[in-house]
Amino acid sequence: MTNKRISGRRERHLLTYIILVGFALIYLIPIIWLVISSFKEESELFRFPPSLLPEKFSVSNYVDAWGRADFALYFKNTTIVTIAATALTVCINMMAGYAFAKYKFRGSNVIFLFFMATMMLPLEVLMIPIFQMVKAVGFYNSFWGLIIPPAATPAGVFIVRQYFLTIPDEIMESARIDGAGETKIFLYLMVPLAKPAISVLAIFSFLWRWNDYMWPLVVIRDTAKYTVQLALASFSGQYAVSWGSLLAMSVLTMIPVLIIFLIFQKQFMKGMTAGAVKG
Amino acid sequence: MKRMRHKGGVSLERRIFPYVMIAPNLLIFMIFIAIPAVYGFVYSLTDWGGYGELNFVNLQNYTELFGDRRFWISIRQTVIYTLCSLPLIVGVPLLLAVLLVSEIHGKSFFRAVFYWPSMISYIVVGLLFQFVFGESTGVVNYLLKLVGMESVSWFTKSGTAMAVVIAASVWSRSGFYMVTFISGLQSIDDTYYEAAMVDGAGKWRMFRSITVPLLKPTLFLVMILGFIDLFKQYGLVVTMTNGGPAGATKFAVQYIYEEAFQKFRLGYASALSMVLLVILAVITALQFKVMSGGAVNDK
Repeated sequence: MTNKRISGRRERHLLTYIILVGFALIYLIPIIWLVISSFKEESELFRFPPSLLPEKFSVSNYVDAWGRADFALYFKNTTIVTIAATALTVCINMMAGYAFAKYKFRGSNVIFLFFMATMMLPLEVLMIPIFQMVKAVGFYNSFWGLIIPPAATPAGVFIVRQYFLTIPDEIMESARIDGAGETKIFLYLMVPLAKPAISVLAIFSFLWRWNDYMWPLVVIRDTAKYTVQLALASFSGQYAVSWGSLLAMSVLTMIPVLIIFLIFQKQFMKGMTAGAVKG
Repeated sequence: MKRMRHKGGVSLERRIFPYVMIAPNLLIFMIFIAIPAVYGFVYSLTDWGGYGELNFVNLQNYTELFGDRRFWISIRQTVIYTLCSLPLIVGVPLLLAVLLVSEIHGKSFFRAVFYWPSMISYIVVGLLFQFVFGESTGVVNYLLKLVGMESVSWFTKSGTAMAVVIAASVWSRSGFYMVTFISGLQSIDDTYYEAAMVDGAGKWRMFRSITVPLLKPTLFLVMILGFIDLFKQYGLVVTMTNGGPAGATKFAVQYIYEEAFQKFRLGYASALSMVLLVILAVITALQFKVMSGGAVNDK
């Protein structure tokens, strides 16, 4: 009987692995195919039947993408915007999330609910009036328009608040008795304690900004100020841009995200599975 | 009692401090979300083209949109797309999450593999799927021929184009929802399963009687977020089908974007946005109602 049970368990494990490997192939193959193809020459890309590995390993697509198509510039733009926006997002979401978690003040519940309600409100349905507001404050066609408006993310405030709720108030009380002011308590006591929340927030913000298409589409007009996503989208419609360089650009835009993912994978998965968040 | 005394004697600094802390976030939020939300409705009552004074036309935009066939087609296609994708975007991540919380080797490898696509932008996912399913570059057609099937020109027929868009959506979003499910599954107390095991319950029985009811809040969250995610879809199709063929994958947000920023009918597009907003709000509210109703029935 025990034998039967063990063999049943083995079969079930085998089935689990078959399903997992099947899905893993579906998830991996397109990406691997993209990377391999980006090293093929244009003529080889359209050959039938397709070659598995590039016959002549060529980096010409990358040279093309980086140099001729101005991709270096778009990369620089996106890097500036993403880093500045992430720094701002972490700062102001930390402040707000901390206040909502640790202070009872008049209107706190109403303002918090107000924030959270807009989590359900997609930016897409407000693109016209937001576009108009961005124009009115002089942020149209400027990096400021990409950095400042999207920084007040409700999801970010929520992540930080949930984290600070798990830290006991007694720590603050004893610091107060020792004569520390509120600002000091926040900066020197609470911020260092919130490192996990900061890293989850920073990674998310990085992803949101780096991958965003809708916001730059509404805010930016000059091609010289394009982000990588905006540039890729506009190139994809042009006959003059070859498939090879589009593939190379796609691979290039994934690299920063991959690096961030590999460095922070552990904390990220931990932080993500610790509390459900919107992304 | 101690608390009461404290409240009376709270220092001025401590009373002002939280307001200072939320101020930057609140300010940006008010200027770029709250005020525009009000203006969105105001614009929808005008024939505004982006410049000059607002000229109010009462409900003319709303009467026009009722007869706008192309808008309702885009809504219909959005609904078809959402209804076909939502079960997959909930089901596939749930399956993966259930498999990945059990004791198996390579857990973190699989998690990383499934999560990775959700970190890729819609623009790149769109390009990738166009490349993989494309007619002259497509490896999918090659694989179909290898197993003796006809190659398909995926993006020229509305049904197959929609199918590819749905596949791409599931591919690119399931990792995120998988992690959400994993966190929900991990929060279920092991003692429930141990007790059921003692009573001799099988795996499937345990899944139905313990996992599903206790996972309900997470399931609900994924359904709501997934629904909104799908219903506002635009970025994914930009580089894949650009709404084609013949508008089959042109969803509501793309239609509104084109009316607003290509035809410069901002007043009219604002009215369309309001309709989209109402549809989203009504369906989300319905989901809340159905889900909470279900929870009561279970008890």
